[in-house]
Parts: sequence; C-alpha cells; structure tokens
Amino acid sequence: MSDWETVIGLEIHAQLSTRSKIFSGSATAYGAPPNAQANLVDLGYPGVLPVLNGAAVRMAVKLGLALNARIAPASVFARKNYFYPDLPKGYQISQYELPIVAHGSLDIVLDDGQVKRVGITRAHLEEDAGKSLHEGLPGVTGVDLNRAGTPLIEIVSEPDLRSAREAVAYMKKVHTLVRYLEICDGNMQEGSFRCDANVSVRHAGEHRFGTRAEIKNLNSFRFVERAINFEVARQIDVLEGGGKVVQETRLYDPDKGETRSMRSKEEANDYRYFPDPDLLPVVLDAAFIESVRATLPELPDQKAARFTSQYGLPAYDAGVLTASRELADYYEAVAGAAPADAKLAANWVMGELAAALNKESLEVTASRMTAERLAGLLKRISDQTISGKLAKEVFEAMWSGGAEADAVIAERGLRQITDSAAIERVIDEVMQKNPGQLAEYRAGKDKLFGFFVGQVMKATGGKANPAQLNELLRRKLSGWA
Amino acid sequence: MALTREQIESIAALARLELTAAELPVYQASLSRILEFVGALERADTASVTPMAHPLPGLSQRLRLDAVTEQDHHAEYQQNAPQVAAGLYLVPKVIE
Amino acid sequence: MRELHHIGLSELAAGLRARRFSSIELTETFLGRIERSQGALNAFISVTRAEALAGAAAADRELAAGTGGALLGVPIAHKDLFCTRGVRTTCGSRMLDNFVSPYDATVVAKLKQAGAVMLGKTNMDEFAMGSSNETSYYGPVRNPWDPDLVPGGSSGGSAAAVAARLVPGATATDTGGSIRQPAALCGITGLKPTYGRVSRYGMVAFASSLDQGGVLTASAADAALMLREMAGFDPNDSTSVEREVPDYVGLLEQPLAGLKVGLLKEFFDKGLDPDNGQRVREALKVFESLGARLTEVSLPNLPLSVPVYYVVAPAECSSNLARFDGVRYGHRCESPRDLLDLYRRSRGEGFGAEVKRRIMTGTYVLSAGYYDAYYLKAQRVRQLINADFTRAFQQVDVLMGPTTPTPAFAIGAKTSDPITMYLNDIYTIGANLAGLPALSVPCGFVGQLPVGLQIVGPHFAEARLLTAAHAYQRVTDWHTRIPKAWA
Ligand SMILES: [Mg+2]
Ligand SMILES: [Zn+2]
Repeated sequence: MSDWETVIGLEIHAQLSTRSKIFSGSATAYGAPPNAQANLVDLGYPGVLPVLNGAAVRMAVKLGLALNARIAPASVFARKNYFYPDLPKGYQISQYELPIVAHGSLDIVLDDGQVKRVGITRAHLEEDAGKSLHEGLPGVTGVDLNRAGTPLIEIVSEPDLRSAREAVAYMKKVHTLVRYLEICDGNMQEGSFRCDANVSVRHAGEHRFGTRAEIKNLNSFRFVERAINFEVARQIDVLEGGGKVVQETRLYDPDKGETRSMRSKEEANDYRYFPDPDLLPVVLDAAFIESVRATLPELPDQKAARFTSQYGLPAYDAGVLTASRELADYYEAVAGAAPADAKLAANWVMGELAAALNKESLEVTASRMTAERLAGLLKRISDQTISGKLAKEVFEAMWSGGAEADAVIAERGLRQITDSAAIERVIDEVMQKNPGQLAEYRAGKDKLFGFFVGQVMKATGGKANPAQLNELLRRKLSGWA
Repeated sequence: MALTREQIESIAALARLELTAAELPVYQASLSRILEFVGALERADTASVTPMAHPLPGLSQRLRLDAVTEQDHHAEYQQNAPQVAAGLYLVPKVIE
Repeated sequence: MRELHHIGLSELAAGLRARRFSSIELTETFLGRIERSQGALNAFISVTRAEALAGAAAADRELAAGTGGALLGVPIAHKDLFCTRGVRTTCGSRMLDNFVSPYDATVVAKLKQAGAVMLGKTNMDEFAMGSSNETSYYGPVRNPWDPDLVPGGSSGGSAAAVAARLVPGATATDTGGSIRQPAALCGITGLKPTYGRVSRYGMVAFASSLDQGGVLTASAADAALMLREMAGFDPNDSTSVEREVPDYVGLLEQPLAGLKVGLLKEFFDKGLDPDNGQRVREALKVFESLGARLTEVSLPNLPLSVPVYYVVAPAECSSNLARFDGVRYGHRCESPRDLLDLYRRSRGEGFGAEVKRRIMTGTYVLSAGYYDAYYLKAQRVRQLINADFTRAFQQVDVLMGPTTPTPAFAIGAKTSDPITMYLNDIYTIGANLAGLPALSVPCGFVGQLPVGLQIVGPHFAEARLLTAAHAYQRVTDWHTRIPKAWA
C-alpha cells in the first residue's frame, strides 16, 4: 500500500528580537527570575491597556517583503479568547481576519536538487503566552509570565509540503531567513523558533485533503522530521485498518518518539475571535514600507546566486555557505583574502572548518580560526608550498595553537619538495632498495605503483609534491628516464 | 430566541462560570428574553454596511518606541495574588 | 458666608487660592458629611480619611507657597473603578473586594497632579453594569432626593455624593449612560466626553469601545474645570486621541445666539413620561430665548441603539472580564479541586447576577455560529446609527432631548426584568455607540424629583456643550437645588 501522499502545512512561531514586549515596556530577555519581567500589562491587571511596539511591526514588514508577500495597508488585532493559567487576560492578542502579511512564498531545495516554491498563506503578529511549570511543585502548577507578551510572528504555510524532509527543508529555510533579517535569534532551545505541523494523508491523485492532525510545539528540526514521520505512519495505519483520522491536536513525545492526543485540552474550543477594541487598525503607508525595504539585507537566495556566479561555486556549495549570514560572511572573507581558488576556500570552510566548529559546538563567529588565518593556510596550498594532505596537519596545529600557517610550516619543516632533481634522487634510492618489486612492476603488476608512491612519501616525510611525484615515478619505473 | 438549559450550561462552561441549580432557569429565561429583544436588529437593512468596531473613524494605531521602561516589581504585584511561591503564581496542578 | 458645601467646585478652587478657607477645612467638612451620610445613602465604598487629610495639609502648604495646579486643595471622589495606588479598587464587586491597585489610573494621576484631594471611592453598579446602582456588592446607593428611590447608575455613588454635596465633584464613567442618567436622576450636571478625550488607562474596562471617563458636578462651569484637568492624550491608551485640550473654562462665556439645536424626534416618543417631557420642552424654550434656533431632526436607526448596545457591550465585557480568574489577584474560591473548579467557582462566586448575565450574553453572541448574526450585525447597525448622527450634525450644532424617560424609580422596581432596566438608557446609549460627547443638566422637577436635559454634540465639541449648559445655568437655578435632607 504505497499510494499514500502526505500533505503538510507548517505554522512557525518566531520570537521577534525586540528589546521590549509587543504591548508593554517589559524586557524580553531570556532567563530572568520568575515574573521579574511581567509588568501590569503583561499580568493583565485591571484597567491596563496595550500599546503596540513599532519595532515588532517593522520586523513583520521586513519578513513580508523578504517573502514577496502582500503587506496589508491596514491590519487588525483581534482577541482569541480562552482560559489558561499562562494566558493572563483570558485572551491572546493576535491577528485573525486581517493579518499584516499575506500571500507570500519561499523557495526550498529538495533532496534531488529541484527547487520547490512553498506558498505562505499569511504571517501575523501576536503575543506569546507565559510558562506553566510542573516540576518540583507537589500538587500545583507554577505560572511564570515573563514570556507573556513577547512578540511573535506566526508564519503559516500553504499545505504544500509533501514529506517530513520537505517540511524540515522549509523550516530550515525560514530559520535562515529570519536570522538573515535579524528579526529572530532562531534559538530553538529557548523556544524562540518553534512550529506546529498540520499533517494529513490522502491517496495519490486525490484532490481533497484528508483529515488533519495538528502536532503542537515542535522545537527542533529533528523532532519535526520524526514527529511527522510517526504521524504519517499512524494515520496510514488508522486508514488502512478501516478507521478514520480524527481532527485533533497532538503532542510529540521525544522520549517515546510518538505523538499523542491532547483531546483533554481541546474540549469545545470556541475562541470567539473579535477585533480588539483596545487597539486601532495598524495602517502602513508606502513610505513606511519603503523605509523598511531599505533595511533589507541581501537575502539567502540572492546571495547563493551571487556565490555561484562570482565564485564559480556549484549550487550545492552556495546553498550550504549561505545557510547562515555569518557563515557566508566568513566564506567571503576567506575567499577575498585568498582569491586564487574560491572552490578550495569553499571546500575548506564546508569541510575542515565546519567539522572543527561542530566538534566544539562553536558558532562560526566564535571561530578561533579567523578568516584571515584560514586564508593564510589556503594560500600555501595554492602556491604549492604544502600539499592538501599536510595542510590538514597545519590546520590542526593552527586550530589548537595560536601559530599562523607559515610559522607552523616552517617549524615543522612541512614545506613541500618541488625540486624535480631532489624527488628523482629519492625515487632512485627507493628503486635500488626494492629490486624485487621493481621487477614485478615492470612485469605488469601495475598495482605496485602505489607501493612506490608510499615509499617515496615515507622517505620524504610526505613532503614530495604529489603531482610531480606521480609524473616522475611513472617515468622512472617504466625505465624511460 | 429561546435557549435551552443545555445551551445555558455550555455558555456557562465556556465562560467558566459555575451556576447553581437555582440560577440556571433564571439565566435561561433572561438570556432568552435578551436575545429576543436584540433580535430586533434583524429588521435593519445592513446589506452593504461595514461593521463599526471603533467609535472614532479614521484613527490608526500609534506605534511605541521599542524601549524597556519597566522594572521588576513582582513582589509588590504579587501582594494581590491568592497563592504564590518562589515568584510563581500557583494554580492546581495542570495535567498536559 | 455660605456654608462651604454650598459652594461649587470652581468657586472652591478660587476660594482656596484666595485663602478664604483652607483645604483642611474643606476636607474635614466634606469628610464629615460623607461619614454622616453613609448609613442613609451608601454612596461610598471606601473613605480615605487619613490620606485625604494628609493631602489637604500638603495642599495648604502649597497654597501658602502660591504653587500648584488648578484644583489645588479641592476635595473630590473617584468612582471605584478608577485604579488608585495603595487604595482598594473594588468596581463594586466581590471579585475585587481585596484588590489594592499598585498604580494610579491616568485620570487619577492627572487630578492628583492638578492638586485635587481624594476623599474616597464611590459606590457603583458592579463593574459599571447597571442603571440603578442596585448591582453593587456593597449594596444599593440611595437617591438623596428620596431614599426609597435609585440614584441611577452605574455611577450612582458619584452622582448621589455630588447631589447631597458630600463632594463638590466626582469622577464617573459612561458606557451607555452611566454618567448622564444618574446625573439626571440626582439633579446634577454630568458630562461624558468624546471617546478618546479622557484616558481609559487605569479605568477598569467594561466595554472598551464604549467606556469613557467623565465628570459629575453641580454645574457646567465646575464640569468644565474638572474636565480640563483630567482630559488629554495618554501614550498608555492606544485609543486616546492626540489632540490639544481646549480651555473649557475660558470658553464658557461664548454667546449662544445662532446655535442650531436639533430636537431628536425619536427621543420624544411614547416611552417618555409626559411630565418629564414637559420639563425638557420648557428647557428648550429657555434655549430659544437665549438665541438658539430649534429644528426637529430624525435619526431613524436610533431606536435600535439599545439592541445594538446589548450585543456589543456584553461581547466586549465577556472578554474584558476573563482576566478575573482567581490566579493573579481578586477572589479565589476555597480549596479548588482542580483548575476548572478554580475558574468556575472563583468567577461564579466573585461576580454578581447582572455581571454573569452579561458575560454569558457576550459569550453567546461571539460564539461560533452566532457571531455574524449578533455581533457583526450589531456592529453594522452601529454604523447606521453613527451615520445618522453624522448626517444630523451636518444640519445642527447640537442635539437636545431628555436624558431619561422617567425620573428616579423605586429601588427594586425594575430588577426582575433586565429589559425594563436596560430601556432606562434608551436616550443615552446612542452617544456611546458613536463616541459622541454628551451632557445632562438638571432642567426642573417632576414632583420632588429632578429630571435632566441631554445635550449631544459632534466629536470633540465638549466646549460647545459646556457653553450651552453654562448659558442655561446662568438663567436657571435647577443646578443649585439641594435635597432638603442634605441642605
Ligand atoms: Mg496557530
Ligand atoms: Zn500563534
């Protein structure tokens, strides 16, 4: 039974990097003591009123422009009414009928290299809720409202995604975008970037959507992929067993790797949305929108296209290097300082550098190997001072110690031997020492070529220029020289 | 428009209001009466009328400067709270 | 010299400046009157004697130094839904019986800034929901003209206090007539300003798109002074309007000649008590004699204002009152079994019957399947009513008519049927729906009971309303009448 098609739409909540909350002057910093950043407005005290943070509006518009979306000339805040301890007013201020951003799109690259355009239904501003804490409090739940009122932008995709992999690729792309735009720090552990996944399945070729389940609050790419895969399998199981998928909210349990129903919380949800009478329509004129447009950085797709044309990089490399603005900046600094071989720079940034950073969980901005230092090393590869293989040893030394490439090369005597006469002398010695192997080789055992390369390299401490060595060795072994 | 007892119960549940057995029929009668009274709105022809959400036309939302203006006053604010511990507001255990 | 409580608020302010009496004297006088009245009128929920005397002493020092604001040393009272820092703010509800606000409402802060001395917090219908002051958790307020009658509501405590001269002026709020109706029933002057003129910050919300803070005083001149001090833009209220506050006091003496007065046809309908209507017609004659030109105007959709109101106001209130959940402040039930029980019992016990009725009405009209038929429909009809007013103000400068259909009624007379009670506001609600300024002035008596004339103006025409009322009060003395028991 393999004719099932998966249909996924994501609702991504990105916390906007404002200093203060969306409707109050409380700080938004993470990690403050409980309720230290919950003022009267955040607490929903009697008589208090919301006043909209202009920075949140600018950030929403910035995102809308980057998504090629329509910016609403007048958007409206509404109240979403429900009772929960982490929701102080008994309603969440959100946007419902008239969101600030609508009808956008974002391109993602699929596993096969194809580009897919994902529709963005809307993106709206809203306030976050507080946090309920259950651990260490016997019989009670503790409520911390520091997060209440933190500005969020909720980005709602069309149900255009067809697999968990696509969903993750899309979510990563949005993550990249909001960080490029500097409107969200993207910190998923702290909850700054999280998503709800609407998942359904249907028979291939079917036009109508199946009944969907909404998996709430997924805060890692891995969880998104696992939760969707589990949910798809579950729904197919249900349907193939003759059952029906129930429209409901589900929670992903990362320990068990499964989703489970939250029906208890669901009971008769009727949010009774209506326009918030405490707030007026958010009217944005062309001048405002243009002033935001002027602050747009080069976007990931634009940057990747430039990387392929300017540096001659393959699309894949350009995609990887532009996944974060910081990495792209780093790459450009390396390529700028060692301009001889931009592809070599890409390989090193994506290879040795990425691995070294990864091992220590460092951001590229915190790299001990600055772009200038790495460029210093790459220059020595380009001018054949060292081989690529020895360069890895130099990189190691540079990473763990403070010395620059040239100093490491000099200190360890790693300078490559490019003097043909010197290499020939070593080859002659090796041939003399191994007459048996030489005879076998000449009798047709080609495989022994590698043996001779190894012997020469051993004798030169790996410093013989590999290309030269190959060339000379071939000639000498065949007896032509 | 007469409301049933079940409707009153579900409205009260949605509004998180406990009603006594004696209160239920009273609200059933008076809410039905109110809905009948406001039913007069049906008569108005509003075919091409936009709803009026705000009494002053043409005004738009003012935007605040993004500045932190509030300090930590949780101890003072929590003097009004029925139950707190370690800076947290306490409620009966919520099962997720 | 006249007794101090016979002197109006503006004259008291001037007298204090001239050092004819001290703020301490005034404060002691009015505090004494309040304390003696409590058993009979129940106009106050809290009396803040110690704070008031300290404030008066400070005001006297400032008066001696010749500094301070326009209301320096003048005693006033606040309706108990304006948040007052360090002083209990109950909204007339068990829900907030123990609630002490950590902040001052903008109105409270502004009047403090102007030098006014707060004597206490006045009784009111619970969360301002009522037209008779009978829904207060603290018991009904009695009408100073007849203790068996209601003072009107929801600002009944403020109105009774001013009528009995327990204070020279009090703040109040008006969502559907809660300033004007009690003003009419108590024989005083009440002004509801344009929506957005007075900050709503710190005014506990009933229906956010209708609520507006205002004043209750003996005269229009007093109202002008108090409003000037409490009005103005507030960055903490997004619906507050950035617009300069005119000197309402300085504009009072403008001539009335040529003022085009529209008589609201729909207000002189069959529901209007004939004697009440007669007093209003007599008042209109006085305006004519002052040079005003009267014409009849019709607002055909106005009769739907009460049904519109009883959809919109409950809808907003059902959401505004959701925050009272027993978690961060306010009433919490004993030993809740679980979270749901906590919510349901805290709210069930904390709110009174009328508040619960409106919360449920509002919950219903916003709920899935009914939103369009009720809430949206009401907001569309509201637009029609608003358009009626706009058209009317293209023809006339102000609209006049009765404030209420009848004079004050007996306590308990209208509590059994909500609709009968709601219809008390039939003439006042229109101004709230359209956000218009409106004022009620006493214009005579039916028997022993005062009745009110209502004047409605276009947006931000408070000065025009006050000027008209002041001109009327210069040639009449209804506003100087005090109930015998409180003279
Ligand atoms: Mg959502
Ligand atoms: Zn959301």
